[in-house]
Amino acid sequence: MSYVPGQPVTAVVQRIEIHKLRQGDNLILGFSIGGGIDQDPTQNPFSEDKTDKGIYVTRVTEGGPAEIAGLQIGDKIMQVNGWDMTMVTHDQARKRLTKRNEEVVRLLVTRQSLQKDCLEKVHVPNCGKHYFLLSLVKLTVVKF
Amino acid sequence: MGVMAPASTPGLEDDNWGETTTVVTGTSEHSISHDDITRITKDMEDSAHLDCSRHLGVALAGALALLAFLTPLAFMLLPQLLWREELEPCGTPCEGLFISVAFKLLILLLGSWALFFRRPKAFFPRVFVFRALLMVLVFLLVVSYWLFYGVRILDSRDRNYQGIVQYAVSLVDALLFVHYLAVVLLELRQLQPQFTLKAVRSTDGASRFYNVGHLSIQRAAIWILENYYHDFPVYNPALLNLPKSVLSKKMSGFKVYSLGEENTTNNSTGQSRAVIAAAARRRDNSHNEYYYEEAEHERRVRKRRARLVVAVEEAFTHIKRLQDEDQKNPREIMDPREAAQAIFASMARAMQKYLRTTKQQPYHTMESILQHLEFCITHDMTPKAFLERYLSAGPTIQYHKDRWLAKQWTLVSEEPVTNGLKDGVVFVLKRHDFSLVISTKKIPFFKLSEEFVDPKSHKFVMRLQSETSV
Repeated sequence: MSYVPGQPVTAVVQRIEIHKLRQGDNLILGFSIGGGIDQDPTQNPFSEDKTDKGIYVTRVTEGGPAEIAGLQIGDKIMQVNGWDMTMVTHDQARKRLTKRNEEVVRLLVTRQSLQKDCLEKVHVPNCGKHYFLLSLVKLTVVKF
Repeated sequence: MGVMAPASTPGLEDDNWGETTTVVTGTSEHSISHDDITRITKDMEDSAHLDCSRHLGVALAGALALLAFLTPLAFMLLPQLLWREELEPCGTPCEGLFISVAFKLLILLLGSWALFFRRPKAFFPRVFVFRALLMVLVFLLVVSYWLFYGVRILDSRDRNYQGIVQYAVSLVDALLFVHYLAVVLLELRQLQPQFTLKAVRSTDGASRFYNVGHLSIQRAAIWILENYYHDFPVYNPALLNLPKSVLSKKMSGFKVYSLGEENTTNNSTGQSRAVIAAAARRRDNSHNEYYYEEAEHERRVRKRRARLVVAVEEAFTHIKRLQDEDQKNPREIMDPREAAQAIFASMARAMQKYLRTTKQQPYHTMESILQHLEFCITHDMTPKAFLERYLSAGPTIQYHKDRWLAKQWTLVSEEPVTNGLKDGVVFVLKRHDFSLVISTKKIPFFKLSEEFVDPKSHKFVMRLQSETSV
């Protein structure tokens, strides 16, 4: 899942659609993110490879929109509404998630269990319809 | 300083019979030099010595103590002397009581010596309430014992000697308890801190805070003075004024000439209003000059100080202590005084210039510097230790006694000085050229609560370096 320069990044992702909750003047999603290309990747407790500078989900508030949508703690966010999140700074990631005029965000997230279940056993139907392979350089979405 | 002369010779018809001409020469317009001031203070201190009331108090207390000490002995001896034949023989119990009386009196003697027989450290303006209370108590105790003794024992010639000895022992016990009361009232009560006193010197603002217990105002004043002499930097009148170059600019204002008529009231008020208005409009730059003057002074002091330090260091390298194994010509061996004189010459000029720049030269005479140098050489001190005394203004007690230590202070207070300290009490300790203003604050009542922390409860998790919640 880490980034090797020049090579396409391939990951099994799950599409998660979060409807933002209005709280007063803010729209909240109900989770916390960590990581970014300007942060220290060795501090990340969720990443398998300690050079991975991607955006990870560090906390999911209980009963919040993110938990309802199926986001889990430790997920790595690959895309938000089509915008790439594997090569962004922490602040850029926050901004992409908290745009005020968007009520729904569609994330592509990946986690270890997805990789294990799907990449080794490509033909097993357990993978389900909701997971698909994401290849970032070519941006083709493989669905099975 | 006051001269009284009768207005006229007696017998003459005089209209001014009651008037005595009192000439007070102290408040002349001429300025008094510092030597005059020290002479004046010496006169005042000398007159304080002749004050009789202080000695009266001590004599009274001494007489009372002697009376109280000898009374039990008298109680026991008088029957023996007066009606010895009629007394019942009294064996072992009496001997035991004699021994106990002897030791108790010895303990009382030692305790009184420890507690009371000290050089009084101060002369209080008013009577010391606790001490007076204790003296009255002892007096009443002894008098009442004598009364009962006279009536019950002397008059009736009591035969029971053991009873008489027990009576004397009870008096000694009562005296020991009074001594205990004295310890508690005079020594122990003031130890626990209850108030914080702030002492500020009125001329230059040097201030300190002290913690004291329950004291009367006069005792608190003495406490402050004891600490003043070793805490506060010495009072230097030369450091008080702004440099003249800063202040003199203020004086030059506008000169207004009135042409024509002589001053009527309208004209003069018009003039003064014009001057005031003009002065207000003119930009006041004296703060600027003060700043630059200060910076310049700092630079000068630092330069002189550097020169002084170098000179002293070099001077100290010229001498060393004689080791036993060195074989030296007896002519070359010097005692500390000569050694000090030998190296003083090389640092004298730098020292003098430095003292003059920091306006300390009245405090250090050449003789005092030489003595200090001799002292430092004797005790193997480094140049830095020698210079410690001159580089910063020390407390008053460091300087030569005759010039700077004064014993006469005036306590100015709105409340009676035997009152106890309370929150918000302010009193002033005055000398003739400065005063210490002391204000009292009560130490707050602390509410201390307990929180138990289980050592196993210290647990930690890693945190991602930056976590934002969205």
